[in-house]
Amino acid sequence: MELINKWPEYHKKDVVSHYCPGCGHGIVHRIVAELLEEMDLGKKAYLVCPAGCAVLAYLYLDFDIIESAHGRGTAIATGAKRANPDLFVISYQGDGDLSAIGTAETIHSANRGENICVIFINNAVYGMTGGQMAPTSLLGQSTMTSPMGRNPEVDGYPLHITDVVAQFPGVAYAERVTVSSPAGVKKTKKAIRNAFLTQQEGLGYSIVEVLSPCPTNWKMDPVTACKWVDNEMTKEYKPGLLTDKREEKRKEKG
Amino acid sequence: MSKKDKVFTVKVRRDFCKGCGLCIEFCKKEVLAASPKLNRMGYNPAEAVNSAACIGCLMCTQMCPDLAIEVYSG
Repeated sequence: MELINKWPEYHKKDVVSHYCPGCGHGIVHRIVAELLEEMDLGKKAYLVCPAGCAVLAYLYLDFDIIESAHGRGTAIATGAKRANPDLFVISYQGDGDLSAIGTAETIHSANRGENICVIFINNAVYGMTGGQMAPTSLLGQSTMTSPMGRNPEVDGYPLHITDVVAQFPGVAYAERVTVSSPAGVKKTKKAIRNAFLTQQEGLGYSIVEVLSPCPTNWKMDPVTACKWVDNEMTKEYKPGLLTDKREEKRKEKG
Repeated sequence: MSKKDKVFTVKVRRDFCKGCGLCIEFCKKEVLAASPKLNRMGYNPAEAVNSAACIGCLMCTQMCPDLAIEVYSG
């Protein structure tokens, strides 16, 4: 008997995560750990954790991790990468962190074209604090602070931050994927691999937005939450490649 | 032995499973089902009820957020 799905080297074994049943964070953690092992980057990897549900990622991932102030993930990642360009710097952020509190840091680090990878987990609510409305919440979505549904006259429209930063010349690679089906998980792995390769080649900023289910705060069971991602969230946030300027960047570098 | 004749064994690490049911939903061969017995955390974990039907596609392990499923070949 041979085990086919080997445990990723950079994922701690025999820990039970604090994530709710059916949360997408566990899947993305596994993908990051697997890719660091496959690409042999674990020894120089440096992950910046956000404030949010993934705040305790250092309990599950087994490489260098730093905790950032709320929203300041890409600022810390910038400092780390500039101080030691040999590090492989990843900023792992949620939607409340990256697109609400850290909008300035996100936009300016992308505009500077910092050579870092950003993994952006979008679940359309503030998960850790109990399901309040986030800038990324869908129109009509019922949350703790919008019980009658998000009303655009009062709350504005869903913020497409990845589409915004994808337009910047410094952003080499931006893609939106989902983790709500096995096919989506495979695409997520491919997208994150491309983002990692972008940083390895020194081509600039790369961002992967992952549409992830949050069954607890959406008040659904995990299977329905996955269907909701596929049927509702992807209508607002269309999955696919948003920009790929790697070829131009390679030519610029010569 | 061709790939078709390969035998796979599925094991679920009971105390790591949170019973989200994503593996049960996405397994096309209905290998997994929710166990009626509760585990250490008070969830009904998934269990392999029909391991012989497994074709080793690893969709369950792709979707498992808690790395609770182990698939063995042979």
